[in-house]
Amino acid sequence: MLNEHAAHGSAAAGQARGGGAITRDEVAHLARLSRLALREDELDHLATQLDDIISAVARVQEVAAEDIPPTSHALPLTNVFRADEVRPSLTPDQALSGAPAADEQRFKVPRILDEEA
Amino acid sequence: MSAELIKKTAAELAGLISSGEASAVEVAQAHLDRIAAVEDSVKAFTHIDPEAALAQARTVDERRAAGETLGPLAGVPIAHKDVFTTTDMPTTASSKILEGWRPPYDATVTRRLREAGLVILGKTNMDEFAMGSSTENSAFGPTHNPWDLNKIPGGSSGGSSAAVAAYEAPLATGTDTGGSIRQPAAVTGLVGMKPTYGGSSRYGLIAFASSLDTPGPLARTVLDAALLHEAFSGHDPMDSTSIDQPVPPVVEAARRGEVGGLRIGVVKEFGGEGYQPGVLARFHEAVELLESLGAKVVEVSCPHFTYALPAYYLIAPSECSSNLARFDGMRYGLRVGDDQTRSAEEVMALTRAEGFGPEVKRRIMLGTYALSSGYYDAYYGKAQQVRTLIARDFDAAFEQVDVLVSPTTPTTAFPIGERADDPMAMYLADLCTIPSNLAGNAAISVPCGLADEDSLPVGLQIMAPVLADDRVYRVGAAVERALQDRWGGPLLAKAPEL
Repeated sequence: MLNEHAAHGSAAAGQARGGGAITRDEVAHLARLSRLALREDELDHLATQLDDIISAVARVQEVAAEDIPPTSHALPLTNVFRADEVRPSLTPDQALSGAPAADEQRFKVPRILDEEA
Repeated sequence: MSAELIKKTAAELAGLISSGEASAVEVAQAHLDRIAAVEDSVKAFTHIDPEAALAQARTVDERRAAGETLGPLAGVPIAHKDVFTTTDMPTTASSKILEGWRPPYDATVTRRLREAGLVILGKTNMDEFAMGSSTENSAFGPTHNPWDLNKIPGGSSGGSSAAVAAYEAPLATGTDTGGSIRQPAAVTGLVGMKPTYGGSSRYGLIAFASSLDTPGPLARTVLDAALLHEAFSGHDPMDSTSIDQPVPPVVEAARRGEVGGLRIGVVKEFGGEGYQPGVLARFHEAVELLESLGAKVVEVSCPHFTYALPAYYLIAPSECSSNLARFDGMRYGLRVGDDQTRSAEEVMALTRAEGFGPEVKRRIMLGTYALSSGYYDAYYGKAQQVRTLIARDFDAAFEQVDVLVSPTTPTTAFPIGERADDPMAMYLADLCTIPSNLAGNAAISVPCGLADEDSLPVGLQIMAPVLADDRVYRVGAAVERALQDRWGGPLLAKAPEL
């Protein structure tokens, strides 16, 4: 998904932006990447709003952050492991209790093959 | 008796129940009666289960009668934010995509409420998936501020704030990702606490932005907030980001409540243009009050705090776009358009378009944009660097002072509808609360009076370093006591009758 979008949007990458930050075509593309089947009027409305928001949040680019390490998380964390032992877990019935469709203790989903055809 | 019980604090109710002056069933019934009387106008809850609440209360009474020693809040009713999973009640995060969902397991916070003998009255309304500052983004309709039913109760924990401010419950749970406990508390005249990140468990909390989401208490007094904080916090092996250390002594600090000799820093960057004059007036009075109580007050500059809002609105949507990928109509929740001809991917896109509201769609799209490879460095990467600088601003400030203070919000509660389709205006409500989410430190909002313009509540925010949660309770309790002396009672007593 990342590469798909990179090919689409890399021309504008890294530019300082302010107004006209995002085109309607890009918004339609983002909707597809986000698995959101949006109506045309939703796309129109979102295009304007996302443009406003992106122009505003682009202020982070004003900050002199050369050589500043990124923080992904507020706490210094190390990986947490537990003993690899069998413990009680959800039963199949519990795990499937919210499934829109189930069959023979499995989630039943629409076809997933031949999507790219 | 019933009408008197609902005005009691959680600590008072716990005392009445443990001494046998009131039963847990009586206390639960009093609150259920109040809910029946005012819920039509407040709309704080997404789900209420009177029978289940009374059954929980009966269990507490029976255990007490059998001579068991129960926790300090046993029998006290609570309103539970609908973002925590509950096996015996629907869990929706106020989203159509989860309407009617019954989770197969309890959140750790839920489990600890049950173990503490708290009586869960129901689930409270919220902005969908905790995204918002007004509770207008709920698929089930807005919640109304008990101070003025035409105003927002804050968000995203707006059902929780409204329930407690309307005396439907003495306590409520909330979650705070960018201010979603403190801002609703501020605009309804309550105490709302965001614990240190990792101090309260995220297991079974429906994820919005995992590096920021923090469960915390809402209450009418500082002591009540501390009692609830202590009841559900602490290390949880089910949450890999949970801190494996004892809960700071928050209850003791809330009982102590003094500031003599404490160094208090006023954040220079928060105030001035864009702030409601009545908010600033009450804030400055609170600072003067702290000084009169023996604190040493200085102004402190945190230069990168002005970039916290834009950084947050890149980081939180990025995490949300990833977290909400799980709502795909395959394993649980809504499924739309499965007509045996469409592919799974088409069904996912139709389900998500139908199941998510406008704000959730905006944030998923924004996060997808910020994380895409062509923009990653300029947006998400840069926002993460700003996050580092904000944490450094806090570190530098806490070398000079013990706590920082600011207004909790730039304005009092605004009218329902006013900012509903203006996302940037809505986002400004979190201006002062976001830095503590990005840095993970403890922060509380306590009531500091009513704004002159609109007679609506104003919140004072008190921030302390990571794991110094007790310190904000200590300062909050001192402010509360001094202000209640001045007002002749709690601020909430000034609210109009519903």
